[in-house]
Amino acid sequence: MVDSSEIITNVMERRITKLLVQDKRLDGRGLTDYREIKVETGLIEKADGSALVSLGNTKVLVGIKVDVGEPYPDTPDEGVQTVNAELVPLASPVFEPGPPKEDAIELARVVDRGIRESKAIDVKKLCIIPGKKVYIVFIDVYVLDHDGNMIDASAMASIAALAISKIPVYEVKKNGEIEITTKKSLPLNDYPIAVTIAKIEDSLLVDPSLEEENMMDTRLTISLNNNNDICAIQKGGIGTLKKNDILNAANIAQKKAKEIRKIVKGK
Amino acid sequence: MPLTVEDRQLVTPGDLLAEVDYKAGENTYSENDKIYASKIGIVGSRRNIVHVIALRGFYTPQVGDIVIGKVVDINLGGWVLDINSPYQAILFVSEVFERSFNPRKDELSEVFNIGDMILAKVSGFDRTRDPALTLRGRGLGKITHGRIIEMTSAKIPRLIGKKGSMIDMVKKGTGCQIAVGQNGRVLVRGKREEDVAFTIKIIRKVEEEAHTSGLTNRISELIKKEKM
Amino acid sequence: MVEGSQKKNLINKKGLRVDGRKPDELRSTKFEIGLLEKAMGSAYVEQGKNKIIAAVYGPRETHPRHLALQDRALLRCRYHMAPFSVEERKRPAPSRREIELSKVIGEALEPAVFVDLYPRASIDIFIEVLQSDGGSRCASISVASLALADAGIPLRDLVASCAAGKVDGEIVLDLNDDEDKLGEADLPVALMPQSESITLLQMDGNFSQKEFESAFNLALKGCGQIYDLQKQALKEKYSIKKEVLEDLEGEKEE
Repeated sequence: MVDSSEIITNVMERRITKLLVQDKRLDGRGLTDYREIKVETGLIEKADGSALVSLGNTKVLVGIKVDVGEPYPDTPDEGVQTVNAELVPLASPVFEPGPPKEDAIELARVVDRGIRESKAIDVKKLCIIPGKKVYIVFIDVYVLDHDGNMIDASAMASIAALAISKIPVYEVKKNGEIEITTKKSLPLNDYPIAVTIAKIEDSLLVDPSLEEENMMDTRLTISLNNNNDICAIQKGGIGTLKKNDILNAANIAQKKAKEIRKIVKGK
Repeated sequence: MPLTVEDRQLVTPGDLLAEVDYKAGENTYSENDKIYASKIGIVGSRRNIVHVIALRGFYTPQVGDIVIGKVVDINLGGWVLDINSPYQAILFVSEVFERSFNPRKDELSEVFNIGDMILAKVSGFDRTRDPALTLRGRGLGKITHGRIIEMTSAKIPRLIGKKGSMIDMVKKGTGCQIAVGQNGRVLVRGKREEDVAFTIKIIRKVEEEAHTSGLTNRISELIKKEKM
Repeated sequence: MVEGSQKKNLINKKGLRVDGRKPDELRSTKFEIGLLEKAMGSAYVEQGKNKIIAAVYGPRETHPRHLALQDRALLRCRYHMAPFSVEERKRPAPSRREIELSKVIGEALEPAVFVDLYPRASIDIFIEVLQSDGGSRCASISVASLALADAGIPLRDLVASCAAGKVDGEIVLDLNDDEDKLGEADLPVALMPQSESITLLQMDGNFSQKEFESAFNLALKGCGQIYDLQKQALKEKYSIKKEVLEDLEGEKEE
């Protein structure tokens, strides 16, 4: 068992690898244990949906804003989904103010893929006037406290926020204008969950803490839908993976996604 | 004239502590003959100096302090260490090598590399430069094994105790070697994993209950119980 | 600011405001201290519908080095709004308003900090507005002040901030978003209450001399109420039962 304030150092890294040989981790978790997950929804009333997820000490807030705009030319009758992530400097001593850098952009795109490829948002139901007016769903990921595995926490917060989002219902009047009549739930078809697995030496561990992230060889994020189909994968980091690593990881991810979905939905 | 607040009261920055008759001690400041708190903490006085024992704070180096630093950079002058203070500390090449020896940077990293933890002493520090460290002293040098935990530096004095009374009791009671860095880092080494884990538990308890009465007794009881 | 003297029914016949408050009533305000793990000091405030989080990193080494000041710490403040914090989604990139507010908020806080004690270091204050509903700069100053105290940075005093304004011809305290947008004047103020030193003063709209004095005094009163709430929050977070406390001086103090 380790104290949460132990410093990452060479001494520490040796300890982590020593423990892993016995399938143990610094904070006492097993290789396939997630840290405590807490979900709070609806805290930002001005947003159309919001959720704050704590994964251990990592805290991510997602706000959903729905607007009306033009569809993409190749999908004239579909709504638009867009994910942006901000690693704001208050979340970590290593984050600097400024436009999103590659880490933030990768985070946004991985979360986006999980939602998009699982067709979680029913974009066909988000069309108002084909070719002219569709709903634009802005998913803004705001990391507030970085203690490792922002990807999974962001994915959880995103789907939790979408699940309680309300969008204005537009009526198309005779003169072609649109008018808000009432509000309804954002049409959701799925509940994708991302599972990130880190590789350190020969061990695969889920939900890496900050210390584990700082020394891992590489990570693999696998997003799964309700049906336990894989809808997105992202390898991150400069290390390498063997074929077995990947197949094992997919196996682990399938089991964990089910558990996590229950926890996140249940709140 | 008495303090304007009760002794041992919790005060916040800007609270008026005393008027006239008193001098400004630690974590207080004076303005127009009045003394105010500058940090959140417990107010106390000794003779006519009023001070605040800070509950929140960070480590400010003082010459003579033992510290535990982490090597974060290496340049031709020596090693740069993070000592958990507003300033990084420097360990000059001359502290390790003879004057005539002019090492290359890669030779330096063979001695202490980035990520290494070093037990050292602050040898110099003033407003114009970063604190300098020395390894001249018993037991100082690279830390190769053991567990290092970080705690609020403001509570280190409590962990040490009056004339070392608390830390000596913990050392004796657990059989572990403990090196306390003034900068809030503590190194614990022991023959058995359980002893080390127990020692860390005690340190955590001291940190949490630093300002309550009866702590020394409670720690003593805890040690006695564990021995049984 | 909308001009003209037509009443907009922001104050009803009973003299109450749209959200039921009396003219000199503060919105419900709640502070939380030390909620972030990684920041050295942090605090959160809910004032009416405002939800603002502040974090402090420092004193720490200045990066980039060439910005460091030789005789004191460099205090940097960043006020930033989340895209979902307002009705119309806001682009994440800092707007001119956010840049101006970053400057005046930093200038409101700096007089309280003993920057001379930490030459060459920097103290970074980050404020993120998660939800905004009028008066966010005042709430930001008040919550950032608590984050500075939580970081253990030596301060002359806490900085308390509140705005007063004119709505439907009446002088009111702590304007919410609607009142700010539709009212006739807005006057945010910040001060260090112990020395009664004012560290922020801005105004836009229209005040007669008398109205200005009235609003200014009301804002100062509001600051006083905020100050009490700030101190209460700190005391609740760090309170220790009133027992006989052990002598805390260890080896160093002799």
